Amino acid sequence: MITLLEARNVGKRFGGLQALTDVSLTIRKGEVYGLIGPNGAGKTTFFNVLTGAYTPDGGEFVFNGSELPAGKPHKIVGRGIARTFQNIRLFRDLTALENVMAGHHIRTKAGVWGILTWNRFTREEERLTTQRAYELLDYVGIGRFADVVSKNLSYGDQRRLEIARALATEPQLLALDEPAAGMNATETAQLKLLIEQIRHDGITVMLIEHDVKLVMGLCDRVAVLDFGKKIAEDVPTVVQKNEAVIAAYLGGGKHAH
Amino acid sequence: METLIQQLINGLVIGSVYALIALGYTMVYGILGLINFAHGDVLMVGALTALQTMMFLMGVAPGMSPIYMLTIALMVAIPVCMTLGFLMERLAYRRLRNAPRLAPLITAIGMSFLLQTVAMIIWGRNYHTFPQLISTTPLEPIPGVFITPVQIVIILASAAIMVGLTLLVTRTKIGRAMRATAENHRVASLMGVDTNAVIAFTFVVGAALAAVAGVMFASNYGIAHYGMGFMPGLKAFTAAVLGGIGNLGGAMLGGITLGLVESFGAGYIEHLTFGFLNSSYQDIFAFIILGLVLIFKPTGLLGERVSDRA
Amino acid sequence: MNELVSAVPWLGKRNPMAARWLIIILAIAAPMIAWQFGKSWVRILDFALLYMMLALGLNLVVGFAGLLDLGYIAFYAVGAYTFAFLASPHFDIHMPFWLVLPLGAAFAALAGIMLGFPVLRLRGDYLAIVTLGFGEIIRIFMLNLNYPINITNGPQGINMIDPIILFGWDLSRNLQITETFSINSLFLYYYFFLLCVAGSILFIQRLQISRVGRAWAAMRDDELAAKAIGINTRNMKLLAFSLGATFGGVAGALFGAFQGFVSPESFSLMESIAVLTMVVFGGMGNIAGAIVGAFVLALLPEILRDVAVPLQQTLFGTVILDPEVLRMLLLSLAMILMMLLRPSGMIPARARYAHPENMKREGAQ
Repeated sequence: MITLLEARNVGKRFGGLQALTDVSLTIRKGEVYGLIGPNGAGKTTFFNVLTGAYTPDGGEFVFNGSELPAGKPHKIVGRGIARTFQNIRLFRDLTALENVMAGHHIRTKAGVWGILTWNRFTREEERLTTQRAYELLDYVGIGRFADVVSKNLSYGDQRRLEIARALATEPQLLALDEPAAGMNATETAQLKLLIEQIRHDGITVMLIEHDVKLVMGLCDRVAVLDFGKKIAEDVPTVVQKNEAVIAAYLGGGKHAH
Repeated sequence: METLIQQLINGLVIGSVYALIALGYTMVYGILGLINFAHGDVLMVGALTALQTMMFLMGVAPGMSPIYMLTIALMVAIPVCMTLGFLMERLAYRRLRNAPRLAPLITAIGMSFLLQTVAMIIWGRNYHTFPQLISTTPLEPIPGVFITPVQIVIILASAAIMVGLTLLVTRTKIGRAMRATAENHRVASLMGVDTNAVIAFTFVVGAALAAVAGVMFASNYGIAHYGMGFMPGLKAFTAAVLGGIGNLGGAMLGGITLGLVESFGAGYIEHLTFGFLNSSYQDIFAFIILGLVLIFKPTGLLGERVSDRA
Repeated sequence: MNELVSAVPWLGKRNPMAARWLIIILAIAAPMIAWQFGKSWVRILDFALLYMMLALGLNLVVGFAGLLDLGYIAFYAVGAYTFAFLASPHFDIHMPFWLVLPLGAAFAALAGIMLGFPVLRLRGDYLAIVTLGFGEIIRIFMLNLNYPINITNGPQGINMIDPIILFGWDLSRNLQITETFSINSLFLYYYFFLLCVAGSILFIQRLQISRVGRAWAAMRDDELAAKAIGINTRNMKLLAFSLGATFGGVAGALFGAFQGFVSPESFSLMESIAVLTMVVFGGMGNIAGAIVGAFVLALLPEILRDVAVPLQQTLFGTVILDPEVLRMLLLSLAMILMMLLRPSGMIPARARYAHPENMKREGAQ
């Protein structure tokens, strides 16, 4: 059980609002880890701080034994953490293939000189990127849409494309923000299979989700956030019965709103 | 010491004009997030329209008192500019409210050039003398310090207008509507505000201010020509950013500050650079300030207020 | 190139090979056709080619990377003045062409990096104004750096700049082939510039279909998402900016040598806007658009100049709209109407970012 990611006392405030307070959690290599909680609990904020979109006001992240550079998204991706977005942020005017190829940017090296002279290294890298992109598109199940401009894809396919693009960055940790949002039962089942396949292929997955069935059936462990604080972290069956968690979701006592 | 006061006065004069123009920029930016590049050229249209009116009046009623002439000229120039502002918004900017970010900006640039070109066609390329109907004979209230009546009028009138605008925005219903729309379009319209009308009103008020500024500018310097709006417009935008874009108080503060900096800078630049740069470089100050502000304190002196166009 | 080919009306889609040859033949024959109308038309074509280079460069900055640079002409000025300093009687330095050109390009690139560094993090409209300011600052310096020490010779500019001399071949002199036949220097310049433009197209095309091109496209489309997949947007912006500046610098150096004379007048905001209009009019973000936009908007004002003046004379007895005004009118209307009616430009081709020859899947599906 190797620890892949450790969040230590992460805090974030926006003006008067404390979005995250002292959040600490550990994600182990190879597991599927869920982050759940009522709306507004700070889950996406956590993602944003983790991936460098925001700088934390307190605490840090330790990934693979070393600290992550706060607030530098491209460096964090370089270290091996990739994410998808809650409301899908694809490169809308690019084709599915091009989107995924763009994801491979950080793992390739060709520079302006190589590109201009079109030397062997560059050509080979380009070929590799293209082939890899096809592979990933097939992997997530939209291979036949490689040349479709991404804004024309169906909603479910766009979600899958975003995952493919994130995978192109060769991450060790894949952070998915509500990947099942807006999906019907069939699509959700397919998504579950895909995530299990991803885990099987050695990538650790962290996901924010509201779909309880999906979380229970998929996640090895789950953390629950409420009002920016972690109130539980354990296997799903245990968390499900946690009183504080129930209160947070259903509203009772001081959590009522 | 006298030179200091002199430069102070000069700075206040030009600063007041910048402030008036900056108000127009900042109001539009606060509501639409658009830099109306053509705003400076509205100033030019105001000045040249006023000029045209005055020429006409001097032709038909040569005996008319200068104050009447100026007033009538303003009464013609202001509505003309207001119409221009309205048309620009209605015909061009409204269509582009949801366009990708570069489109409105590029259109505004095109608009600015179009106005200059049309002005060139109507009034030619030459620099026209603008009748300085308010006296330009310097008074010497303190020995060694000169101020002309024109300058006094400019400072006082600008102050009055700024007070009036502040009252409009803070005390009236339409002012409230403007502030609401500037905060958040969608919510404002859900609250019953006719956002289209408010936006149009903002443009129109800004245009009116520009018209007045144009007449003041031309009266102070005695010249008007098709390209006269460009530099003041740019500088006024700098002033708006300096004070905090979207923030009315900021526009006023920024305008006056910029005017003072320019005035003092022009006076001392030769000393500061050991004679290498002289006052012809004056225009650069505005740009340098703009660069510095945007790099180091992009929200400006008083903080920016731009809408959440959710 | 492909986009340009497919843009050819009628033939482009039906027979791309033929369309390609058509373009090549026209490109080669153009000056000869122009010659029939008068020598000055070949000169206009030469300038059109320079504008194409500028449009290509600006397209890189605005169209590919999405950065609105309103002071682009400053880089043109840097290239032109560098050439003027290093190859004219002004300082009495006469460095050879093959040395000055890269130096001009290098200085322009440097200017691009220096400007870009502090400024590229600003959002769209602020970036536009600051770059506009930069362009104006350069122009004001060019205009005033003649006192106390004369560096730029102020408003009079620098003239008698050395022409382009390639391998001992002076392009400003007609090339004597036989005793009676010589090729006019304007033709020589045309083909040289054509080569430069062709080289530029190749350069930019390669960049477009590469990881750099994809990174730019990603950044332009959604900067946040681009960062989220690991693209270092700051460096990518700097790269686009400095490459664009380099193009401007090269075009500027060529301009200086060709015209033989540089002055601050040629580098006004109006020129920056003109190049921007060409890019916008032709179609932002694709190479063919920049070419077509530059060609049309460089030529049309000249054609109008030739037509409109006598036309107005006959109709009105006097010239109401002189050619300069016509040009400004044309450009400003082109810009506004394009944005309102057809924002993707005359050639709205979608740029491609993957190599067709790679796009066969290897191995089992």
